[in-house]
Amino acid sequence: MMNFLTYLINGISLGSIYAIIALGYTMVYGIAKMLNFAHGDVIMIGGYLIYIFASSLGLNPVLSIVIAMAGCTCLGIVTEKIAYKPLRNATSNLAVLITAIGVSYFLQNFALLVFGANPKAFTSVVSWEGISLAGDELKIQGVTIVTIVVSLIILLVLQLFINKTRSGQAMLAVSEDKGAATLMGIDVNKTISLTFAIGSGLAAIAGALLCSAYPTITPYTGAMPGIKAFVAAVLGGIGSIPGAMIGGLLLGVVEILSKRYISTQLADAIVFGILIIILLVKPTGLLGKNIQEKV
Amino acid sequence: MLKKLSKTSRRDYITYGIVIAFYLIVQLFKVTGLLSSHMEGLLVPLTYYSLAAVSLNLTVGILGELSLGHAGFMCIGAFSASLFSVYTKGLLPGGLRFFIALLIGTILAAIFGFLIGIPVLRLKGDYLAIVTLAFGEIIKNILAAVYFGYDEAGLHISFKSFQLQGEGKMLINGAMGIQGTPTDSNFTIAVILLLLALVIIQHLIGSRDGRAIMSIRDNRIAAESVGINITKYKMLAFTISAAIAGSAGVLFSHNTSTLTATSTYFGYNVSIMILVYVVLGGIGNIRGSIIATTILYALPELLRGLNTYRMLIYSIVLIAIMLFNWAPKAIEWRKKNLSSIKGRFAK
Repeated sequence: MMNFLTYLINGISLGSIYAIIALGYTMVYGIAKMLNFAHGDVIMIGGYLIYIFASSLGLNPVLSIVIAMAGCTCLGIVTEKIAYKPLRNATSNLAVLITAIGVSYFLQNFALLVFGANPKAFTSVVSWEGISLAGDELKIQGVTIVTIVVSLIILLVLQLFINKTRSGQAMLAVSEDKGAATLMGIDVNKTISLTFAIGSGLAAIAGALLCSAYPTITPYTGAMPGIKAFVAAVLGGIGSIPGAMIGGLLLGVVEILSKRYISTQLADAIVFGILIIILLVKPTGLLGKNIQEKV
Repeated sequence: MLKKLSKTSRRDYITYGIVIAFYLIVQLFKVTGLLSSHMEGLLVPLTYYSLAAVSLNLTVGILGELSLGHAGFMCIGAFSASLFSVYTKGLLPGGLRFFIALLIGTILAAIFGFLIGIPVLRLKGDYLAIVTLAFGEIIKNILAAVYFGYDEAGLHISFKSFQLQGEGKMLINGAMGIQGTPTDSNFTIAVILLLLALVIIQHLIGSRDGRAIMSIRDNRIAAESVGINITKYKMLAFTISAAIAGSAGVLFSHNTSTLTATSTYFGYNVSIMILVYVVLGGIGNIRGSIIATTILYALPELLRGLNTYRMLIYSIVLIAIMLFNWAPKAIEWRKKNLSSIKGRFAK
């Protein structure tokens, strides 16, 4: 029973990381209507930045995370400007998808060139040991608790930002109807840049938490969590922020539990299987809006 | 002679011509010894990736649905055909064995394409894309985890490693995959298969069925309202596409003796790589897929001299080509400048 609780909490923790990444995916999708395949690699870049500042230079972990967030935010804005913005009105949606894949290749190979293919040992940004409950039978690691708390804070702040501030309202408007938003005097370019900035900043936090929980980093660290988070975003209904959170948590819990109780190799297959089942029952995800096609 | 033909069949014959010409040039290089053994080793992979790209173009370009799980169908074709070839090694002569293996791989991939198509094609756009990706990953994961063998007690299949009793053989050994597939495929067979796939796909596109499929792509509701059976034609295109991808997988598995279901060969990144070939070659342009695959597959190999920088350059070239090809501003610029060049020639 205690084992099960430990796995469950670990699952929620991993799910929280997926949720933070998925928030970035879902926001960008909601506003720019593009699948940003490079998002996972921004996490990896964030992880490496923290590795440089915290693990190598011995800087304060919180300060390194702030620097990494700034770095990833810039990276997000610059890639949007150079690679995605020129293709915003392209005749096919596939164009920007392929460009995002190109950016993903670029970031991976750039990291490969700078840091090499060997995994680097990552010093956890959380030095707290964690707590023991029920007479040492239930141990919860510090990273696990911090991850869950951080993701809850991010969700709350993001909800407040979107619903209460003018920029947040502008984001909602752009995601609803770009043309109408422009007519209302909203600067669409600026809003999209802001979305990429927030998504990439969140990716840096996700990178810090991911590499602290699984303390190595390679140029391909971000790829699979990126895809899983994408799955989480779709599962929850892409474009919906609470959906991304629910999707992420569900995915994390299912992954950890199936790894422990069914099979390590089949865990990914089970995660993807759940996505398929949910989409077949609810084709737009758990909290997705069902849009009727008009003729 | 070409002028007598209709525009579409002329286009088809030019495509066949390009493939045959490429084949003959390669043979010429081979005879004269200009082809390095490294380049020769690339020929079969080049052809099966072309085959995969052509088949994906049927789904993405002609049917208009984004599939990110094409490597999964290759995986099914590869494993089923390899299983047959390993099992019948020594029982059947090489040519016949490969022919039957090819049939098995293609048909099994088609069956899976049909079964997966039933739920998947109900979805739309990006949801469809992610579910195909999910199916591809599931296929890869299951084939990487399964143990399959036979002994005196009969056939055994399990997700856990087991011991065989008495005479027997392990066919699929979990993550170790299938060992000892006879290397039956070669460049000539691969090119014949590619030509066959081209005949099938180009014939389909030019036929009544092909026009129905394209009408679904262009406007689903309009197609439905003139009485086109949407589900039937979607399934048709998707199944054929899966079958051809399966045959590409058969070529893959009979090119080397070891077959493992790892992400390097059958992961979603392979599906994405093939999608890159399709989009750069031109969505819906079959000939373009082959040319783009040839150039893009050879490019990182030709840049091998630059060693560590080659993939970085590849990614930059990819982004630059996409921007040049698709950005509305770049298209405008090209139109303006190209028309002025044409104008100069006219004078």
